[in-house]
Amino acid sequence: MTTQPKSIVVPVPSEEDREYWAGAKEGKLLIQKCGGCGRLRNFPSMGCPHCGILKWSWVQSKGKGKIYSWIVVHPPVLPAFADKVPYNVILVELEEGTRIVSSLVDCPNEKIAIGMPVEVVFEKLTEEITLPKFRPAIGAR
Amino acid sequence: MPAQSAIVGIGQTQFSKKIGISEAAVAYQAIQNAVADAGLQMKDIDGLVRYSLDTNNEWQLAYNLGIPQLSYFAVAPGGGNAGANTIQLADLGIKGGLAKNIVVFRARNRGKQSSAGPGQFEGGRPWEKMATQVRETPKKFHNPYGLIAAVQEMAMIARRYMHEFGITYEHFGHVAITERAHAMRNPYAMMREPITMEDYLSARWIAEPLRLFDCCLETDGGAAVVVTSVERAKALKQKPAYILSTGNANVFMTVPGTNYFKPSLFSTESAAVAEMVYGRAGVKPKDVDAAMIYDAFTPRVLIGLEDFGFCKRGEGGDFVAEGNIAWPNGSIPTNTSGGSLSEIYLHGFNLITEAVRQIRGTSTSQVKDAEVVLVASGNFSPTSAFILGSQPS
Repeated sequence: MTTQPKSIVVPVPSEEDREYWAGAKEGKLLIQKCGGCGRLRNFPSMGCPHCGILKWSWVQSKGKGKIYSWIVVHPPVLPAFADKVPYNVILVELEEGTRIVSSLVDCPNEKIAIGMPVEVVFEKLTEEITLPKFRPAIGAR
Repeated sequence: MPAQSAIVGIGQTQFSKKIGISEAAVAYQAIQNAVADAGLQMKDIDGLVRYSLDTNNEWQLAYNLGIPQLSYFAVAPGGGNAGANTIQLADLGIKGGLAKNIVVFRARNRGKQSSAGPGQFEGGRPWEKMATQVRETPKKFHNPYGLIAAVQEMAMIARRYMHEFGITYEHFGHVAITERAHAMRNPYAMMREPITMEDYLSARWIAEPLRLFDCCLETDGGAAVVVTSVERAKALKQKPAYILSTGNANVFMTVPGTNYFKPSLFSTESAAVAEMVYGRAGVKPKDVDAAMIYDAFTPRVLIGLEDFGFCKRGEGGDFVAEGNIAWPNGSIPTNTSGGSLSEIYLHGFNLITEAVRQIRGTSTSQVKDAEVVLVASGNFSPTSAFILGSQPS
C-alpha cells in the first residue's frame, strides 16, 4: 500500500485576481474597486455587478469586520479536509462593506457568533498562495 | 393567456441507492416510460430538453431510443435551479411551433455506491474526484477554506436566516418530518420509515446548523415527461396537465450556491420568479392547491414558501410548524411525494412528475380536486418556476 501525498485545495490565480493573491502573499487584504462607478466589490471579478465596467484598481482593507454568518463542517469531507473536522467557515462583512468567505482561527467553534468583531491574519498555503484568515479582534478575544 | 402546451406523459425508473445500470440507460428507461404513458411512440417525439448537468446528450439519446428526427433541442443551465426552466424551454418549443412532442428528462446516478463504472455516462460523485487546483470563480475563493459541498454553502445561508428571522432547528425539522410522512404513502419513495422531532434533533451534524435529515438523498434514478400542444393533448389518453405559466430569474448579484454578496441574502431569485408565474397565469397564492418547492435542504422549503407568497418573509418556520404544508389538512400541501428529502433526489425533476400526478388525481397524497399546482425550482441561484392547471385557463 502506498501512502498518498496529503492533498490540498489551491486556487489558481487569473487575470482579475492575480493582484489579490500577490497582495495576500505580502500580508495585505485587497478589495477590488470599480474603475467606473468606484464601488468596492469582493470576490474579485472581471466586471462590476453595479455598472458593468471592466476596469478596476485595488484598495487595501483595514482587515477589520464582523462575522455575518458561520458554519461548522462535519464529515463527510474531501480528503484534503479530513484531518480538520469539525472546522469552521465564516462569512465576514468588512468595515469597507464587502463580504469575504474565510476561516476563524484562535477561537473555539463554540464561541463563534454573528456580529463577533474579527481582524485579518495571513496563513501561507503554498509558495505562491497565502490565505487571508481571521481571528477575534482585540477586545473580543 | 390560456395555456398552449400541456404535460401528457410521465415516466420514471426504479429509485435506488445502487441501480446497477448506467446513467444513460436510466435516461432511456425513464423516457420510454413517459412516452408510453402518453400513448405515443418514439417516432412521434421530435424535441428534447435536458439539464446542462445531465451527462446524456441529444444525438446519443436519439440514436439509442430510435427517434428518427429531432427538430428542437434545448438545454437548461444548471441542476436544482433548472427543473422548471426545462419545462419553460419545452413550452416555448411548442408555442413556437418548432416541435410537436417534446421529451424532458433528468437521469442521475449519484448514490455513494452508484457508479456503474468510470465512464462519463456511468454515474458516480464527480466532486469527490475534484481537482485540487481550483480555477473557477468564486469557488477558488471558497474551496481552499473547506466551503465546497452544496450543504456547506446552504448552511451559511441557513444560519443567517435563523439569525434574521428567529428561525429554529425545530422549524427545519418540521419540513423533514412532514415530507417523510408524505413519502410513507408513496410506494416508490426511498425513505418510508417515520421520523420524529427527537430523531431529527439527535441526528448527526452535516454542516452546522444543518443535520442529516435537513439534507436530500443521494440516489440513482430518472424521470421524464412529454410536453405537447393543447390541441394534441386533448386527443391523447391521459388527463392533460396544462402549463399555465413559466418563469426564470437571475437577480442583482446572483451567485450560484454562495449567494452571499448581495445587500440582503433574502432578496431572492424565487421572489422575482413568483411575480412572473403568478402574473402570467393570472393566479394568486391562495389559488394554488399544492406546491412542489425544491428541497435539497430544508431551509429552502421555508424560504420558498415565503418567496411564493404562502406566508410572509420570516414566517416560514411557524407556517410549517402549524402544519400548513402537510397532507391532507394543511393549507398548501407541499412536496407530496416525499420530495428530494425522502422520495428521490433528481435535481427536482420528481417534483415535476408529482405536480402532474396532483393534476391527474393520482398522487398517493392526493389533494382533492387539485386544479392549480406550483413547481418552484431551487432558489439562491438563477432559478425557475411554473404553474400547472387542470384547465387551459
